Amino acid sequence: MFGYTFYWSLVWDAIPELLAGAWLTVQLAALSMLLGTVFGLPLAVARRQGEGRAYRLATAWVELARNTPTLFQIYMMYFGLGALGIQISSYWAVLIALTFNNTGYLAEIFRGGLAGIARQQLAAARSLGLNQRQGYLHVVFPQLLRIVFPGYVTQAVWAMLNTSLGMLVGLQELSGAAQSAQSVSFRSFEFFLITALIYYVIAKLIEFGARAVFWRWLRT
Amino acid sequence: MIDIRGVRKHFGNIEILKGIDLDVNKGELLCLLGASGSGKSTLLQCINGLEPIQGGSIKVDGIEVHAASTDLNMLRQRLGIVFQQFNAFPHLKAWENVALAPRLVQGKSRREAHEIALHHLAHVGLAEKADLLPSRLSGGQQQRLAIARALAMKPTYMLFDEVTSALDPELVGEVLDTMRLLRQEGMTMVVVTHDITFARNSSDRVAFLHQGTVAEIGTVSQVLGQPRSEHTQKFLRREHC
Amino acid sequence: MQFVLSDPSLHWRDLWFLLQGAGHTLWVTLVAGLLGTLGGILLGWMRFGSVWLRWFTAPYVDVVRSVPMIIQLILANSFLALSGLGVNAFWLSVLVLSSSMAVVTSEVVRGGLEAVPPTYRRAARSLGINWLQEFCHISAPLALRTSFAAWVGLLLGLAKDSALVSVVGYVEYMKSTQILITRTHEALLLLLGVGLFYFVICYPVSRYSARLERRMAL
Repeated sequence: MFGYTFYWSLVWDAIPELLAGAWLTVQLAALSMLLGTVFGLPLAVARRQGEGRAYRLATAWVELARNTPTLFQIYMMYFGLGALGIQISSYWAVLIALTFNNTGYLAEIFRGGLAGIARQQLAAARSLGLNQRQGYLHVVFPQLLRIVFPGYVTQAVWAMLNTSLGMLVGLQELSGAAQSAQSVSFRSFEFFLITALIYYVIAKLIEFGARAVFWRWLRT
Repeated sequence: MIDIRGVRKHFGNIEILKGIDLDVNKGELLCLLGASGSGKSTLLQCINGLEPIQGGSIKVDGIEVHAASTDLNMLRQRLGIVFQQFNAFPHLKAWENVALAPRLVQGKSRREAHEIALHHLAHVGLAEKADLLPSRLSGGQQQRLAIARALAMKPTYMLFDEVTSALDPELVGEVLDTMRLLRQEGMTMVVVTHDITFARNSSDRVAFLHQGTVAEIGTVSQVLGQPRSEHTQKFLRREHC
Repeated sequence: MQFVLSDPSLHWRDLWFLLQGAGHTLWVTLVAGLLGTLGGILLGWMRFGSVWLRWFTAPYVDVVRSVPMIIQLILANSFLALSGLGVNAFWLSVLVLSSSMAVVTSEVVRGGLEAVPPTYRRAARSLGINWLQEFCHISAPLALRTSFAAWVGLLLGLAKDSALVSVVGYVEYMKSTQILITRTHEALLLLLGVGLFYFVICYPVSRYSARLERRMAL
């Protein structure tokens, strides 16, 4: 093809580095999703109140996260904070920015789900003497995860794909690792083709894993 | 005793309750009748503290429900409520539905709560369904589950909010039977209903609500036999034809 | 000995440089959005109509959704370099962004068409209306109602994704900012400009589409 000889052995040699990068990618995606869930749930509850300080804070967070590019959010953490004299590593910059980003999107996903859970469910919990926190924790949130599951999984895949932006602040996640590896050989096409393949496999693993989790624990 | 005095409630500009006076005596079954929108269901929610009130007072065993100092979560343990929508928690098995509040609110151990749950499920005739999710239960069974769930908190009063309205006709009987069983056991009950037959046969007193006020209250024979209020008369005529 | 490579402070002419970058961002978004939407409508309609085509194009949809945009851009870039086809950075960016846009749009279009109850279609056909008329007067308007808000979301996603095309050498707003940061070290100020730029574009549009969605749901 095009008189070009593919040269795979270099890529083969770099597989350990790529896999190490893939591991970092998975780790960042998982952490940022976990943290995004922890922050996103209360944000969604606050968003439903429609007024007050918590509502305004939650709304600002959600709108900023959703209406600016993820790359901007990463740059803010990496270069922006740096300008304020706060230096953080590219790992933390990406983790914080992706958490910020995921929180905003997940809060909206959760808010949509909360609207689908009858207000009556919380009323029923309260009528039994459960307090607000217990009602949300034991009655509303467990149902919420079931309702929003498809959107949640899509977001998880998206978070994983978003870690690739780490490459632009020098992080050695999958894309960054591929970038460094290919720069030695200039065989960028082969390297990034394999990289794309690894992303694809991770995305599919997330989807299948999610399906298994749903089937095993979340069926009603 | 539940002591309701001059209760006012509005949503925005719409006045739902315009000064309700009502007593519920220990051991009686009081039926609340009235057209839709007369405020019956809202009143129940106010007794339970699920809805705030804008005027008047509601006292349960002398405790002011809507006082800031009242621990509502404690008070609600005395007031079981069952709703029109079944409201079984869909992610929990039948016994877990019943065991949730004893565990979280009363701090019972998982084993204790399990025992309590099985006891109350048996009470409403659902012993065999303990390990099923609500989606596997019929509407009538879900409603009995809701009753068992409320009973597990050992309430002094049970409030029923049109519990048979959302049920298929053939499932109504089993729920009403369960309610009659509770009455025989001496439970104090406030029942919001459209079912005049149930009111006639099973209640001690009947109150008729009309546009946010109590139009008439008295014994079954008084209110349903010789109604004095024209609103009650009109309502009964309509329901009978 | 001192090397003075560049002037480390911001000037008015830098504003012009940024404006050019902003123009590039809008231009690449507009062109890719237009082509992607047209392609997406066509693809979605075909995918709705033909099971065979749906099956055939499924892997393509799958790949676009499972590989990061940045990798798609890099791959397309090196592929075209290998092929010897001279494609400039702008059209390369448009190519990658619009094909991704087409794929996601086609899914929204297909979903919208599938959401039209078949009874409407049958009712229309029973009146003697032909399929093209039916499509133009019944299915398409109904599908548009359900999928418009989602499509706006995709367009905003595209605008934000366009911040990545600098990896193939197209200097849009984000890249212009980065160039200026490297020279002046005024990172915070310049980045706040980026945030503001995107927010001012995306926020009103997303608010509008959310309101529209609520109104259409009623």
